[in-house]
Amino acid sequence: MTSLIAPESLIGIAILAPFAGALLIPAFRRHPNLREAVTLASAVVLCLSVAALLPGVLAGARPDLQVLDVVPGLSLAFKVEPLGMLFALVAASLWVVNSLYSIGYMRTNSEPRQTGFYVCFAVALGSTIGLAFARNLFTLFLFYEALTIATYPLVTHKLDHQAVRAGRLYLLLLLGSSLLLFLPAIVVTWMLAGTLDFTPGGILGGKADAPLLTLLLALYIFGVGKAAVMPMHFWLPAAMVAPTPVSALLHAVAVVKAGVFTILKVVMLIFGIETLSLAGQSLWLTVIAGTTIIVASVIALAQDNLKRRLAYSTISQLSYVVLGAAILTPISLVGAALHIAAHAVGKITLFFAAGSIHTAAHLTQVSQLDGLGRRMPWTMGAFAIGALAMIGVPPTAGFLGKWFIMTAAVQTSNWLAVAVICTSTILTAGYFLPIVYRAFFRAPPSAHDARHVVGEAPWPIVLALTVTAAATLLLFIWPEIPFRLATSMIGS
Amino acid sequence: MTAVWPHLPALQVVIPLIGALVAGLLRRGGVAFVLATAVSWTMPLIAGALLWQVLQTGPISYHLGGWQPPWGIEYRIDVLNGFVLVLVSVIGAVIMPYARLSLAFEIDERNQAWTYCMYLLCLTGLLGITVTGDAFNAFVFLEISSLSTYVLIALGRDRRALLSAFQYLIMGTIGATFYVIGIGLLYLVTGTLNMADLAGRLGPAWPEHSRAIVAGATFIVVGLGLKLALFPLHFWLPGAYAYAPSWVTAFLSATATKVAIYLLVRFLFSIFGVAFDTSGLPIAAMILGLSVAAMVIASFIAVFETDLKRMLAYSSVAQIGYITLGIGLANEAGLTGGLVHVVNHALLKATLFLAAGAFFYRAHTVQLQDLSGIGRRMPLTAAAFTIAGFGLVGTPGTVGFISKWYLVIGALDHSWWFVVVFIVVSSVIALVYVGRVLEIVWLRAPSSQCAEAGDPPASMLLPILALAAATIYFGLETEWTARVVETATDMLLGRLR
Amino acid sequence: MTQMLFTLAEHYNYVITIFLMMAGLYIVIARGNLVKKLVGLSIFQTSVYLLYIEPGKILGGTAPIIDPAFTVYSNPLPHVLILTAIVVGVATLALGLALAVRINESYGTIEEDELLEVDRET
Repeated sequence: MTSLIAPESLIGIAILAPFAGALLIPAFRRHPNLREAVTLASAVVLCLSVAALLPGVLAGARPDLQVLDVVPGLSLAFKVEPLGMLFALVAASLWVVNSLYSIGYMRTNSEPRQTGFYVCFAVALGSTIGLAFARNLFTLFLFYEALTIATYPLVTHKLDHQAVRAGRLYLLLLLGSSLLLFLPAIVVTWMLAGTLDFTPGGILGGKADAPLLTLLLALYIFGVGKAAVMPMHFWLPAAMVAPTPVSALLHAVAVVKAGVFTILKVVMLIFGIETLSLAGQSLWLTVIAGTTIIVASVIALAQDNLKRRLAYSTISQLSYVVLGAAILTPISLVGAALHIAAHAVGKITLFFAAGSIHTAAHLTQVSQLDGLGRRMPWTMGAFAIGALAMIGVPPTAGFLGKWFIMTAAVQTSNWLAVAVICTSTILTAGYFLPIVYRAFFRAPPSAHDARHVVGEAPWPIVLALTVTAAATLLLFIWPEIPFRLATSMIGS
Repeated sequence: MTAVWPHLPALQVVIPLIGALVAGLLRRGGVAFVLATAVSWTMPLIAGALLWQVLQTGPISYHLGGWQPPWGIEYRIDVLNGFVLVLVSVIGAVIMPYARLSLAFEIDERNQAWTYCMYLLCLTGLLGITVTGDAFNAFVFLEISSLSTYVLIALGRDRRALLSAFQYLIMGTIGATFYVIGIGLLYLVTGTLNMADLAGRLGPAWPEHSRAIVAGATFIVVGLGLKLALFPLHFWLPGAYAYAPSWVTAFLSATATKVAIYLLVRFLFSIFGVAFDTSGLPIAAMILGLSVAAMVIASFIAVFETDLKRMLAYSSVAQIGYITLGIGLANEAGLTGGLVHVVNHALLKATLFLAAGAFFYRAHTVQLQDLSGIGRRMPLTAAAFTIAGFGLVGTPGTVGFISKWYLVIGALDHSWWFVVVFIVVSSVIALVYVGRVLEIVWLRAPSSQCAEAGDPPASMLLPILALAAATIYFGLETEWTARVVETATDMLLGRLR
Repeated sequence: MTQMLFTLAEHYNYVITIFLMMAGLYIVIARGNLVKKLVGLSIFQTSVYLLYIEPGKILGGTAPIIDPAFTVYSNPLPHVLILTAIVVGVATLALGLALAVRINESYGTIEEDELLEVDRET
């Protein structure tokens, strides 16, 4: 198939498929089954076109698609490089699974305004792919903002007071940080380097001295609010008011990964790790990342609401990627890239499980989960696998990324990073393992037995979380594709 | 055709003028509408032809009545005013279909023909200011457009429109009179009123008459500042825009202040800038300071407005601040950003005010709390409003981003970090007031007044959608906006070197 | 000091012009009655007419009709310009008064402070 359709066209198809789906979905608003079929079809087309690009990229090709020149110096252009390929693969494949999950969740819970929901979801995924394949900072920025705007209606979906307030914080914090910090950073980059193209080795080599580089890097780190580096993290827990499919795919995978993906790309392909380590940027970035990791983990310990605990866990895990970037060695970057994939499948499993618990047992708090493992074995089993992935224990995917980052930290004698990783692993175990323990080894409160319908969630939900849990294990056993992509990312 | 072609510059002004006279004789609003539409749709053709000619062969000089300048009145068209001509005429043409139903709804049957008559006079005035190369002639057209504007505003439904029109009359006349004083002082020094000739003669006159020239320049800048609603001379604008009929507001917000800005740019760069070294005068610093104040303060006031049109009016004051910021930066990127925002803001504000007018047409209100949930009932209109709203914020992919990109680069070219801070902070404030409206429009249950609303008829809806689409199209494909403006900027700044 | 007074006396026409200009502006700002504002505006505009016409008279110049006996003529152009400006001023005044009449019909008053009161109440 790859020889039939040119790679450039595949890029176009991949990006346009979700948007085409978004346009078609309203036409079927009176026929829910057809409407859902459109979503699934777009997801499958997207997945196939992204997969079709994979062999070429693994072989060393870098397909390029120039769309138009906006103003001199700013162009809308796409280029598939390994990290973007990895991100797109993760997002595309998980969208298929998530769509299945959404259908089950939205129907069982009789959520209103489902047409709008699916439209915004498609637009959000289209923006994610556009971001993944962006060739320059302008294209990335354009899809970054589009992603914020597309997910805003999803965050405020419930339309109750809490959702509206959360949406306000979401929009202000994300668009605000990108306007105040990210955009000036892009302009300064353009003025220093004369270009915004992502280039191996970076474009700022020799163009700025250390203080300016520090300022610029700081503008990026805090300007990319989606990476949830503290204090730009407040939108994430607030966004948990959204329906769980939103939290699962967007705020565990697409949106947050877009943030750390941007940071990785900026560090590698705009600054260049040489330039940054020569300018001594590693230390302060490690401190920032480490602080976020630890503080978020501590806050997670105190959360009783399951989704909020998962949200703070996400904040913490995201900064692992930033930590990997901060260590500034090829191995740590490989670890960071692997962690993007590993955390995605692990976290989506956890959110799927949380949504399943909400749907079937109508429970939202950790303290209510006693004995749930007996009645919902598949859900809690998947949860357990996801939890292990977060802690970073084999045989789950989470082990890989952490291992590489830890190795790199030890190699560069970055004992601060080592300490952070060790501490946070303990803390993560501290806020996840008790849940697993309670679910499987404690008796359920008797009062609940009579009130709640016992048993698993509907089959689409269970199927989805089984698939992602299996993927979490599978990635550990067979990490070839992410591994090859990550290593060619630093090689190219 | 060949007989008409050389006289296009004059026809640009004469056709709407005669149209206005005929419209004044008509009784029925419908016939006047047809006449106004015919004239409005001819204007872009003429303006386009003129701009095309300028781009091909250079500036056009037309001698009115065949008399030689500088004694006769000269119409001079170069890239800068050709571009503004196209903008004004295209906006007028695009929003003309909207007027039919909107005016019928907002204005008495007896006054409708008069309204079109006034509109055509206003169009005459605006096109005349743009096309003329004579300073006093510009004053005449300035007053023609202003007087007809006062009438158009006074036709609004709310009786506060009368007060707003009166206040605008007072302030506008003072502004125009200041402009005339300034011209008079320059005339006393040089003996000429022709703009190109003034540029040539002010230079030699500078050493001896510098005080008179500076005084004249000051009067001109302040006078035009009143006309273009430069902060803090903007007080007439919120009332005028809020209470005028919706279509009038849309037209004015996109054209009236822009033409005054054009005139200011013409004086600052093509006349004063050429004649003497303006860097010794604090003009740039003053304009910069006032622009920054406009951007931040006016945006801030907009956040607290409860009337949608008043909010958009204060937003206009802030956006005009961006344009004058570009003028104050006075370098390649900055001036390009300011001038391209002339067209970008025209598109954005026209969309927003037309959408607000559509809301008024259906829901009979422009108070924000009464408009809650109108997005559900009028999805296309609200979608256009949303797109233009994000354009105001400066989201990439919209025209607003293009302007801000150039302005930020212009500021950094001077190494003025604080200006960049003000630009992005005001964008965030814009996000707040736009976000507030979006929340009210989309996320709340429809209020009682919105219950029977639906998207407006096609004649009103199509211009709104066309303009909203334009704000995205020209945000990605800037061949006709930014590139043309860059040519104009080169010309304006090139003469300085 | 005396030098300055002499200069001022020599240019008495400009002194009057500026006085009228400032008086007109002051009336516009300081007076609350709408008709009085218009009066002030007219005075202000009139001063501008003077500003143009006065320098038109060239010292030692005769009426601007070409005649072989004369070499210095007064400048006719300012008069032409001011005719235009007068017309504009008249139109503005007429429009302003019409607005004042309509405001009176609508509000029942043409005093600025009372108008603001009425608006604040509604």
